Amino acid sequence: MVGAKRIDGLLAYGIIYLIFIYAPVLLIVLFSFNNGIYVAFPLKDFTFKWYSDMVHNTGLTKAVGVSLRIAGIVAVVSTVLGVLGAKAVTRYAMPGKAMVTFLIMLPLVIPAIVFGISLLTLIAKVFGIQPGTWSIVCGHVLICVPFSMAVMISRLQGFDKNLEEASLDLGETGWRTFWRVTVPLAMPGIVASFLLCFTTSFDEYQIAAFLSGNDATLPVYIYSQLRFPNRLPGTLALGSCILAISFVIVTFAEWMRRRGTNPDKGLGI
Amino acid sequence: MAADESFIAIRNLSKHFGSVKAVDDISFNIRRGEFFSLLGPSGCGKTTLLRILAGFEIPTKGDVLIDGQDMTTVPPHLRPTNMVFQSYAIFPHLDVKQNIAYGLRKTGISKEETERTVNEALEMIKLPGYGNRRADQLSGGQRQRIALARALVCKPKVLLLDEPLGALDKKLREEMQLELRQLQRSVGITFVFVTHDQEEALTMSDRIAVMSRGKVLQIETSSRLYEAPNCREVADFIGTMNFIDGSVAGSENGYAVIDAGPLGSLRAPNAERPFERNRRVTLAVRPEKLRIETAPPGDGTNSVAGKLGAQSYLGDRSHFYVEVPGMTKRIAVASQNATRNLDITDSGDRPVWVSWPVESGVLLPGE
Ligand SMILES: Nc1ncnc2c1ncn2[C@@H]1O[C@H](COP(=O)(O)OP(=O)(O)OP(=O)(O)O)[C@@H](O)[C@H]1O
Ligand SMILES: [Mg+2]
Repeated sequence: MVGAKRIDGLLAYGIIYLIFIYAPVLLIVLFSFNNGIYVAFPLKDFTFKWYSDMVHNTGLTKAVGVSLRIAGIVAVVSTVLGVLGAKAVTRYAMPGKAMVTFLIMLPLVIPAIVFGISLLTLIAKVFGIQPGTWSIVCGHVLICVPFSMAVMISRLQGFDKNLEEASLDLGETGWRTFWRVTVPLAMPGIVASFLLCFTTSFDEYQIAAFLSGNDATLPVYIYSQLRFPNRLPGTLALGSCILAISFVIVTFAEWMRRRGTNPDKGLGI
Repeated sequence: MAADESFIAIRNLSKHFGSVKAVDDISFNIRRGEFFSLLGPSGCGKTTLLRILAGFEIPTKGDVLIDGQDMTTVPPHLRPTNMVFQSYAIFPHLDVKQNIAYGLRKTGISKEETERTVNEALEMIKLPGYGNRRADQLSGGQRQRIALARALVCKPKVLLLDEPLGALDKKLREEMQLELRQLQRSVGITFVFVTHDQEEALTMSDRIAVMSRGKVLQIETSSRLYEAPNCREVADFIGTMNFIDGSVAGSENGYAVIDAGPLGSLRAPNAERPFERNRRVTLAVRPEKLRIETAPPGDGTNSVAGKLGAQSYLGDRSHFYVEVPGMTKRIAVASQNATRNLDITDSGDRPVWVSWPVESGVLLPGE
């Protein structure tokens, strides 16, 4: 039967595809519990050694701290800018709107390395400032605002613009309307945008590599450690932890997004 | 306080969107406490006019005064108007009580007062006990009532309604028409009601403004709009109308004598807006004012000869379509089946005469 064959072919393709994506990831998890410096079969004893090393590695914990702080600030700033930008684009008629939107979304397709080089030149050479946490925040906000805008525009377009007009009509100012209607209804989008910007900033390497100065972010720190073979299993342990946390965050974000698809089933706020 | 006659005054109002003249130099007054309808085909500018009254659109030209105060540039939240949207715009993140109480926050009344007002409003719209329902647990008719209550607790001077019954099924719509009309009488607030349904406008309104392409064609009470339209467009839009083209040939006993070409000489009243001799005119007459006869009628009535083209039987009435030589459209005749008659047969191309009393015709400017 041709039909059955075709389905079998598709199934095989699907399985190979999944293996291709997830086998390397699972190998990292596997070897992070392996009591040996080299990533090679056969496996040696099972151990938590690399995990305990990781916790006591001050360079690494500092990098985690830097990354978390940057990601947090970037997520807040980008989401606020994204909400305001999306509101302007979806609700107001203004001259040159298409052009403005295009320019805001453009960083999505500009290679991050271009931002890295240009920001480094600007900050270090033109202003003569030592790059560090704040320069990375600037760079990350640049690449995160388009993501946030994209999420928020689709969210704001998803609910009836008469709702905001009804609030104005019932006597609330534009500002109060924003807080009483727009924000509650956009909340699933706001949470999704926050998580998206957070993870984007957290694992961004290129801009951070150019602008980190003395404040190495986690990806920059990990890359610098790969020169030392005995540090490799430690980074595998770290990778496994990040994988687990990312999985939880992404699942949560997706759940929020789905809940938000039907505007009538908002957050119950 | 303005005079009751010009409670809402619209003066030379225009709103252009690029090259589209959505509202085109309109002037008229709405009376205090009136149920006033804006009626017209899709895209004629009804919603735009209503949104200018609510403050959502700034007019390109002209002014709006409400109760003597210039409202032209006053933002929506400071206007004494409230709106019922076609989509109802019930806040989905709030329950029914919170929706109705939404506009009460700024009045600064106490919690107990708010609670009482909301409960009274629920009582008024016959939905007591629905206070804790969420927006997605309501039917279309219930949403419509809640949108109404939410607007009315703000005690507006003017309530604006944009096709509020458009989304309801026919039976519910007829019920709500009655309820809305009663409600308007009991609260005494001026209603400005947008609809493209002429029957709805005729049954509910004190006065109706018929709009077309951004202009107001005529403002009249329901019966005068039906019986005395002022132009062919209004006559055509409200109900069904037969039009006969001709020119004024003279006058006789106070009636105008119309030379209707191949249809011969017809007469019509010509007192209201007298047309001079030789003016091109259109004689308009409603199908239910016409009679079908099988023999030429006597003097004193208008009549034209033709052939019975088609007929349809609708139970309480029958429609006949008569082909008249020299006319492009068939003349429609509606007759009540007042007596029981089992003997209606389609007799094909039978010669018939259509006749009507002279008083039943309306003279309109010709094209
Ligand atoms: N925001 C806008 N931008 C551009 N054109 C508009 C806008 N709003 C309305 N128009 C145009 O103005 C004209 C009148 O529109 P309006 O919505 O007032 O019509 P309407 O009488 O309410 O029609 P309907 O019965 O279909 O609701 C239409 O040609 C419409 O395309
Ligand atoms: Mg409309």
